[in-house]
Amino acid sequence: MRYLPKSDSERREMLAACGASSLEDLFAHLPEEVRLQRPLAIERGLSEYEILDYFRERGAQNASGGACFLGAGAYFHYRPVLVDAVVSRGEFLTSYTPYQAEISQGTLTAIFEFQTMMCQLTGMDVANASMYDGSTAVAEAAMMAARITGRKRLLAARTLHPEYREVLATYARNQGLEVVEFGYQPASGALDLEDLERKLDAATSAVIVQSPNFFGIVESVNAAGELAHRAGALLVDVFTEAVSLGLLAPPTGADIVAGELQSFAISPSFGGPYAGILATREKYIRQLPGRLVGETVDTRGNRAFCLTLATREQHIRREKATSNICTNQALVALMATVFMTVYGRRGLRELAEQNLAKAHYLGGKLPLRFSGPYFNEFVGTVEDPAALNQALLERKIVGGLPLARFYPELGDALLVCATEMARREDMDAVARVWEGAQ
Amino acid sequence: MSTYPEEFRYTKDHEWVRLEGDVATAGITDHAQSELGEIVYVDLPKVGARVEQGQVIGSVESVKAVSDIYSPVSGEVLEVNEQLGESPEKLNQDPHGSAWLMKVRPSAPGELSGLMSAADYRSYVGAED
Amino acid sequence: MIRKARTHVNQNEPLLFELSSPGKVGYQLPPLDVPPVDAAAALGAQNVRGEIEDFPEVSEVEAIRHFTRLSTWNYSIDLGMYPLGSCTMKYNPRINEQVAQVAGLAWAHPYQPEALAQGALEIMARLEAALAEITGMDAVTLQPAAGAHGELTGILVARALLASRGNPRRTVLIPDSAHGTNPATAAIAGYEVRNIQSNGRGMLDVPALARIVDEDVAALMITNPNTLGVFEENIRAIAGILHDKGALLYMDGANMNALAGLVRPGDNGVDVMHLNLHKTFSTPHGGGGPGGGPVAVKAELAPFLPIPRLKRAADEWTLDYERGQSIGRVRAFYGNFGVLVRALAYILAHGGEGLRNATLDAVLNATYIRKGIEADYEIAAQAPSMHECVFSDARQAARGVHTGDIAKRLIDYGFHPYTVSFPMIVHGAMMIEPTESESKRELDLFIDALVSIAREVEEDPETVLKAPHSTRITRVDEVRAARKPVVRWRPAG
Repeated sequence: MRYLPKSDSERREMLAACGASSLEDLFAHLPEEVRLQRPLAIERGLSEYEILDYFRERGAQNASGGACFLGAGAYFHYRPVLVDAVVSRGEFLTSYTPYQAEISQGTLTAIFEFQTMMCQLTGMDVANASMYDGSTAVAEAAMMAARITGRKRLLAARTLHPEYREVLATYARNQGLEVVEFGYQPASGALDLEDLERKLDAATSAVIVQSPNFFGIVESVNAAGELAHRAGALLVDVFTEAVSLGLLAPPTGADIVAGELQSFAISPSFGGPYAGILATREKYIRQLPGRLVGETVDTRGNRAFCLTLATREQHIRREKATSNICTNQALVALMATVFMTVYGRRGLRELAEQNLAKAHYLGGKLPLRFSGPYFNEFVGTVEDPAALNQALLERKIVGGLPLARFYPELGDALLVCATEMARREDMDAVARVWEGAQ
Repeated sequence: MSTYPEEFRYTKDHEWVRLEGDVATAGITDHAQSELGEIVYVDLPKVGARVEQGQVIGSVESVKAVSDIYSPVSGEVLEVNEQLGESPEKLNQDPHGSAWLMKVRPSAPGELSGLMSAADYRSYVGAED
Repeated sequence: MIRKARTHVNQNEPLLFELSSPGKVGYQLPPLDVPPVDAAAALGAQNVRGEIEDFPEVSEVEAIRHFTRLSTWNYSIDLGMYPLGSCTMKYNPRINEQVAQVAGLAWAHPYQPEALAQGALEIMARLEAALAEITGMDAVTLQPAAGAHGELTGILVARALLASRGNPRRTVLIPDSAHGTNPATAAIAGYEVRNIQSNGRGMLDVPALARIVDEDVAALMITNPNTLGVFEENIRAIAGILHDKGALLYMDGANMNALAGLVRPGDNGVDVMHLNLHKTFSTPHGGGGPGGGPVAVKAELAPFLPIPRLKRAADEWTLDYERGQSIGRVRAFYGNFGVLVRALAYILAHGGEGLRNATLDAVLNATYIRKGIEADYEIAAQAPSMHECVFSDARQAARGVHTGDIAKRLIDYGFHPYTVSFPMIVHGAMMIEPTESESKRELDLFIDALVSIAREVEEDPETVLKAPHSTRITRVDEVRAARKPVVRWRPAG
């Protein structure tokens, strides 16, 4: 087998050195009854070409051949070619977690740069080296807020991504934390601050809001923050569309920022692997879960980087750890780092402005459900969303996400996303078909 | 060799306590700091907190380990040593003196008699070595 | 004597922020084909940010040079062996990277209509079936993003089953040799942790287990082989003790590389387990992730698995959300799909027989290393080693040299260190797992290096204590990094 670098004669030599006469001998000490007595029911090993064919066929089954206007937590953005050129290098792809600093400065330096750029984008003081994804980052942020405040109640906006809320519920239930949702204003699609204020109390540890929210609406996050702080709770600000960071003002009132970085050169890849980020204020650094890279010096006084504050983590604190996270999403975060480097300060701004322009071009042609300000996603209305999407599919266009499955009150609505990749002619086609379906 | 002051009482978790009037000062012993290695962070209770003898009230961290601190005395925390926030290394340098952890108004000073004397502690850690 | 040469490119490559200067660009976007929109007008001026302060601006050339130079400071599997115990740092096949990038897979949106997602769903179904066959279990979820995530999912599923029977119970038993994620997971799942000791042979103390299992115990979390690399030969008896009291057996599958194709946990009483795709199934570590932590369960636990579940309906795959007993979601969408693709490619490349052969070679390699160094280092457990062997630094410690120092000296010989100081039940542990990906030549070099270091400890301990000497960066000041954490760059002044 091409991945096993030994010849049979070498195996025999090694077996002799081990005092064994066959490979099976090495398992002889196991009780007979625990061993599998038949071959695995998995077909023969395939050649490289057969493997490629198999996956190409699966890929072909997946393609529509045309444009796609889905967003809702996973976004289509260009991936600069430099990203794959960098992450496919064996030194990054096949390296281990940088516990041995002397031979991992490549990974550690890149993570330090990543942490810095995330702080610059979010306006926070410290950022960790990634979480699994945005949804688990939110769950971890909630647990972090509960630890910091000692309180057990969480207020989550209904306009927080529905699947993120489900994940939050799973984690919260087992920590004895209560999750209460507060609503949105039916006209604007933005947070119902009055509903929030009514539900805030002295047991609330955190208020969790997303901006742009699931409907694409840009929220007054600081207003929610003021209410939260007055009640002694923390504000957790969430983003699912990282490109928005290039244009939207980071909320000054946030205590923790939790988000999803998939938009930064991470392929949509049917839902994963993505990379979450958790960032916070300096004073909460010891409550932050996940790996952290810090700057230091070596014995010769040269600048060097290493993993630090490991005492928060599972391998030291064990049952008292801030989280159980071990493996994170380092390579995926590296993709984001290269993306941010390629675009740079001006590019991230220009990219976000293009997203705004594209979405507003399409949104300007469609009946919108909400009046609030939107970034690159919006909610459009049509009598029969399924029929509309079917008509679009016939033109090889994948339309927006029908919202009924998440918001029963929005049965006539679809969440539509247009990024810098959306072409005018495809948007015009969508508008035409949509108009015909009215 | 470390000297264990005679006027201190000692716990089996390597804390010391000294009673002067109605203020009990507490810290960790030289044995503890030496076992931990270079200390990087100390987590202390808040001023005003009520503590119980034997209860976990904080922790001491080195790079690779964390150790819980058990209060040697019950009462109300009057003061914590702010210096340790900036300079945790003082705990390695002077654990019995300037690197005290907290001052407590004891609610039951009699409970200190249940702790070890300096001589008993010396043989306790001698036995452990 | 150092026989393997490695060179580091010794540039003093600065940070991006130090290379940056205003006006440099590394990108170009096509011109807008729609009218531009004024952000302040569309969003409200208070919602529009100012400049991203101090964010880097570099050209494409500087970007590629920067990351290329950084990469040369990294050790990697492509360069040489990682003898890290329980990490299974095996070869990351390049075909896996190719297939993950097939356009229909890489660009698939998780919400695209199911009719257009059959390729992705078929891949997931095939992987679920293969993992079920390999583990001897009945149902698999591919959702968890990593081992720890899988552990949490598995324990929550176990808890849900017990709750459905009337009592979720309060305690999870964990061997003192366990990986730190085990107790951390149990705590997050809302359980109290109770430690259970190993016996003199390095295996779980079965009589001790029998004494403490009662109706308050929800589960035992076992790793098999355990972290000493030793097979828990009493696994069936252990399962029996737990099942008698209505408790469950959870297996941490991190060490599956010793079992695949030869032993199936499901045949031996395990009720629920997780796998690490980035270990046993070759998906690349990438400097710390992404991984994949699928969970495999026996039929009685299947109703509690996270939603959605894959289901066959008519002639198609569909995602089933109507599962009232499910623990809910553990993450958005369906799993680290890109990692799942790579793991399936690995399984397809091996086939059933190939997986078995890989396991045999993995155990052969570890046993060979053990034989090669056991004259110089103290073995931690007498029982035969499986895919990893664990030694203690006891002999070297007598000369004032510890496992961490020996590990650092290994770097001068061109190797990444083994796992240092774990498991904690071995004083000064040296945990070595070569995997099946190592040739005899590489193993001989590794053995030579450790034997040579043992001699250095006798004759010239200072060299070992101050190692590594050959790297661009020498030992770093971890104390300083922890006392005064600096976790981001800031401009001077």
